[in-house]
Amino acid sequence: MNNDELKNMILKVVPEAEFSEEGSEFLNVTVTPEHLHKLAEDLKSNKDTLLDYMFCLTGVDWVSHFMVVYHLESTVHSHRMVLKVKIPDRVNPAVDTVSDIWRTAEYHEREVYDLFGIKFNNHPDLRRILLEEDWEGYPLRKDYKDEVNIVEL
Amino acid sequence: MSNIFSLISDKEKQSTSSATETQEYFVNMGPQHPSTHGVLRLLLTLDGEIIRKVEPHIGYIHRSIEKMCEKDSYQQIVHLTDRMDYLSCHINNEAVCLAVEKGLQLEVPDRVKYIRTIISELTRLSSHQLWWGVMGMDLGAITTFLYGFRDREQIIDIFEETCGARLTMNYNVPGGVMFDIHPNFQKRTKDFLKYFKEKLPEYDELLTGNVIFTERTKDIGYLSKEDAISYGVTGPSGRASGFSCDVRKKDPYSAYDRVDFKEIIRTDCDSYGRYKVRIAEMYESLHIIEQLIDNIPEGDFKAKTKAVIKLPPGEYYQRVETARGELGVYIISDNKKSPYRVKFRSPGFSNLFALDTMAKGYKIADLVAMMSTLDLVIPDIDR
Repeated sequence: MNNDELKNMILKVVPEAEFSEEGSEFLNVTVTPEHLHKLAEDLKSNKDTLLDYMFCLTGVDWVSHFMVVYHLESTVHSHRMVLKVKIPDRVNPAVDTVSDIWRTAEYHEREVYDLFGIKFNNHPDLRRILLEEDWEGYPLRKDYKDEVNIVEL
Repeated sequence: MSNIFSLISDKEKQSTSSATETQEYFVNMGPQHPSTHGVLRLLLTLDGEIIRKVEPHIGYIHRSIEKMCEKDSYQQIVHLTDRMDYLSCHINNEAVCLAVEKGLQLEVPDRVKYIRTIISELTRLSSHQLWWGVMGMDLGAITTFLYGFRDREQIIDIFEETCGARLTMNYNVPGGVMFDIHPNFQKRTKDFLKYFKEKLPEYDELLTGNVIFTERTKDIGYLSKEDAISYGVTGPSGRASGFSCDVRKKDPYSAYDRVDFKEIIRTDCDSYGRYKVRIAEMYESLHIIEQLIDNIPEGDFKAKTKAVIKLPPGEYYQRVETARGELGVYIISDNKKSPYRVKFRSPGFSNLFALDTMAKGYKIADLVAMMSTLDLVIPDIDR
């Protein structure tokens, strides 16, 4: 499937989805948290897309909002795309888990939770993964302050 | 003796059988355990000797490399990646350099592509040699360890002569390599190829056909193709489950599109398959180096770059094949001298968490063999 076909397929599932191909080598699709799980499920199970391999999952703090970024690839059709979910709520950021769709997401989501503080609804085991349980704050947020370990130059 | 058994009444027999009913219990394997090869803790749920659940606890050597990258220049980031998967350090460096070059739309000279590919393959060889040595040692064969380290030393010496460092090489810089190859480089590499071609069959003779070894690896640690894809298990571990995931083939970078080599795929899905893939990969690496070593084009060893590199705003993703699998470098730039966000998708992190599915139902002693065939490097997982 080429990018235009992917676009049309996604628009059928989520008409509100935003697209961009600028500044990235992949097709970028941005959706809101409520549409994420349904679209992800469709992208994985639809036999035309079959995006069964998630090769990256990460978070980005854009200060005005959070973003979780999913890099997907199909091992059958070998097309790729980037799915992004924009989370405007900075106080209580949350999005549905996709760990039931891609097993690897369970651990990558724990990492995003650990470092960004984004909660994943229905996650089977949402705990910190790299830092200790009693660590305060979320280090990869842009407003994170650590006077001991980070030296500002 | 038979009298003693005849004395046991039926009732007592019943009570002994109920006494052998086992209760699940927990055992901590690590963080300091020789077979984890680093600080990794596995919380095992056991039923007798049978593994019911493996829960990896990581982060003991988390150094927040991604956070550090947000304050560093692009040249400095290259150095940090050495400290992830230190056995594939050259390939890690290459990943960042390729991502930066992608952002700058910079075409590097052919000479650089050839040098990078040759050294990447030498790195892969040295990593697999160490893995092979350690794998044998994990299963009780000390000889393999000595052989592996003996042969690896030859590669490390070549690295030392060319770039001054033996392990964390920092040879790549955005735009090329730091300095040209040493005049002896080609000769020594060719000597090594000749030497190792004779030694590699010995590896097969020592372990591959060994009865103890095959008993402990065949049909042990089953990971289906579906699970491998779902867990994102890449590299030799993924390819042993039939998952065609070699980035060198599907997304060629540097000089991989100019050489002829096979992607090793097996469908054993067990520890033995993962072992065989790495052994076969060593032959392929030798074959790749052979094709390139006499044909390194003349030219510059570095394209001109500005002293302060600023990438145009946008997102850059570069995938490379390290000795352990797919490493992804995801750079988001906002046109400053440091990136806005960097993510390293390390192969070890994804591979590790398949261990639970892999180990369920097998004996605890087999876990060591399974971990060995996953070829984990802990700093790569913790970053």
